[in-house]
Amino acid sequence: MTLEARDIHVSVREQAILKGVSLTVPKGQLVGLIGPNGAGKSSLLRTILGLMDRQSGKILLGGEDLSDWTINQRARKISYAAQGAPVHWPLDVRHIISLGRIPWLDPWQKISEADRQLVDQAMVRTDSLHLADRLVTTLSGGERACVMLARAIVSGADYLCADEPIASLDPYHQLQVMDILRSLAREGHGVLIVLHDLALAGGYCDKLVLMHQGRIVNSGSVEDVLTPENLDRAYHIKARQKGEKTGPFLSPWQRSGKPRHET
Amino acid sequence: MKLSPALLTLLLALILAVIAFLSLFIGAADLGAGDILAALAGHAKETTEIIVVELRLPRMVMGILAGATLGLSGAALQGLLRNPLADPGIIGVSSTAGLGAVMAIYFGLSSVFPLSIQIMSMGGAIFATLILSFISSRDSSVLTLILAGIGISSLATAAIALTMNFAPNPMSLQDMIMWLMGSLDNRTLNDILLAGPFILGGWLIMRGVGQGLEACSLGEDTARTLGIDLKRLRMKVILGSAISVGATVSVCGAIGFVGLVVPHMVRSLIGYAPGRLLLPSALLGAILLTLADLVTRIPLGHGQLRLGVVTAFIGSPLFLYIIYQTRKAMR
Repeated sequence: MTLEARDIHVSVREQAILKGVSLTVPKGQLVGLIGPNGAGKSSLLRTILGLMDRQSGKILLGGEDLSDWTINQRARKISYAAQGAPVHWPLDVRHIISLGRIPWLDPWQKISEADRQLVDQAMVRTDSLHLADRLVTTLSGGERACVMLARAIVSGADYLCADEPIASLDPYHQLQVMDILRSLAREGHGVLIVLHDLALAGGYCDKLVLMHQGRIVNSGSVEDVLTPENLDRAYHIKARQKGEKTGPFLSPWQRSGKPRHET
Repeated sequence: MKLSPALLTLLLALILAVIAFLSLFIGAADLGAGDILAALAGHAKETTEIIVVELRLPRMVMGILAGATLGLSGAALQGLLRNPLADPGIIGVSSTAGLGAVMAIYFGLSSVFPLSIQIMSMGGAIFATLILSFISSRDSSVLTLILAGIGISSLATAAIALTMNFAPNPMSLQDMIMWLMGSLDNRTLNDILLAGPFILGGWLIMRGVGQGLEACSLGEDTARTLGIDLKRLRMKVILGSAISVGATVSVCGAIGFVGLVVPHMVRSLIGYAPGRLLLPSALLGAILLTLADLVTRIPLGHGQLRLGVVTAFIGSPLFLYIIYQTRKAMR
């Protein structure tokens, strides 16, 4: 089973944003969508989720055209962690995460005991169980990121799309979020994330898709995509690669333990 | 303090029942509990029965319908717009309904046919509702809806001012001002028969929006990826409140502050969840309006307290207090 975008064209007010983009997210893989600001990464993600209208192209899931699906059927298959993850009311953490079960509930239905257990599991998995009764407004950026990730995975959808899930997090929480996303992929989920951190993208993703000006420059394995030529073409940067010794070098690589939660 | 929504609902329902029964007692004529019960059962003296069944009962029912409508649509609109400052006035329906009423007085229709104020006012509300539904059917953003509401409201307010400016005589000007301040005085069974179906219809349209409003607290994009049909949700909340509020205003006049304040009074008690807010807000709205109507019955030397003024006087200080209390949580 794969989630597939095929030859997507999107224009907003005559301005072409995506110009014939195709990509596949197989189950069991962590796919990183990279590229400079304005390359069309978020637009592609939002188009796949049905949040943006497209001029042409298809979104397919296991070969089925998603335009034929109801919005609720999609919600059960693909979940979404939005960029910045806004929360408009000072809700408590457990309540926010349980909102992720909505695709499985009728409009009047309350969440069941089974749903509650799934919420607990999602909290354990994202190391946010100790935050259950806190108001979202009192969380740090890292705690909030974990809570919003738990909200996205609690639906149990096969595919997860996350827009910059590690933006503005400290190194520990960046690694934590990436660890969780990778373990989801190992369990058989298809995970598509927009990333700016090339080192983490290279270290964690099974596959990278590099975008530039509404097109895909290259996609494939980390080695194939993060080449000096591609980085120059898309980002106009030179990067230090493994083995080059040109001064001090530091890149957070692995979590060394767990911070203790004061309760 | 946080209560379970069911407990809070039960508590509010009990308080409402007590206050509603109380509102049958209080008035110019001094009646006892026995008289009231006898009148309700249909075997009291004729005058008593007229006072209770034809004057006080319709007034009580209308107060409950109006207060519940304002509380419910305030809560639903605040949830939909994710804005704690939204109230039923923001969609412009109150103003166009007011304009309809003022025009009925201006053209002297009200002196020929008493229900013409209500009917013209309902026409004004329906006019605004049609514009709003046209806009929301185009799948435009919530912001467009708010701005359209403000536009409609400003235009109607200007037209009201114009009408009052050219009022044919001081008497009709006074009628207009009095009507705009809101009242439940002399509301009869006819008023309920006229407005009731629209009010209940509006409530029915809004049923089942709770879950969608909950999802909206995570932003519109996320709500859609949770399987919520936003266009439908918007349509239900906007149309439901427009119809029920329009009908309310057409019978009771403009009653400010209930729709804005009530959701804030309930919010912190139920953990800020916009979906759980709906029913308790409707009940508290009904309580507040019935209480305010009791206050207007206090005999004063000259003139009479108007309902809209009393709700604003009760509501605003409460509002300031609540904002002060919850300012940290809302940050």
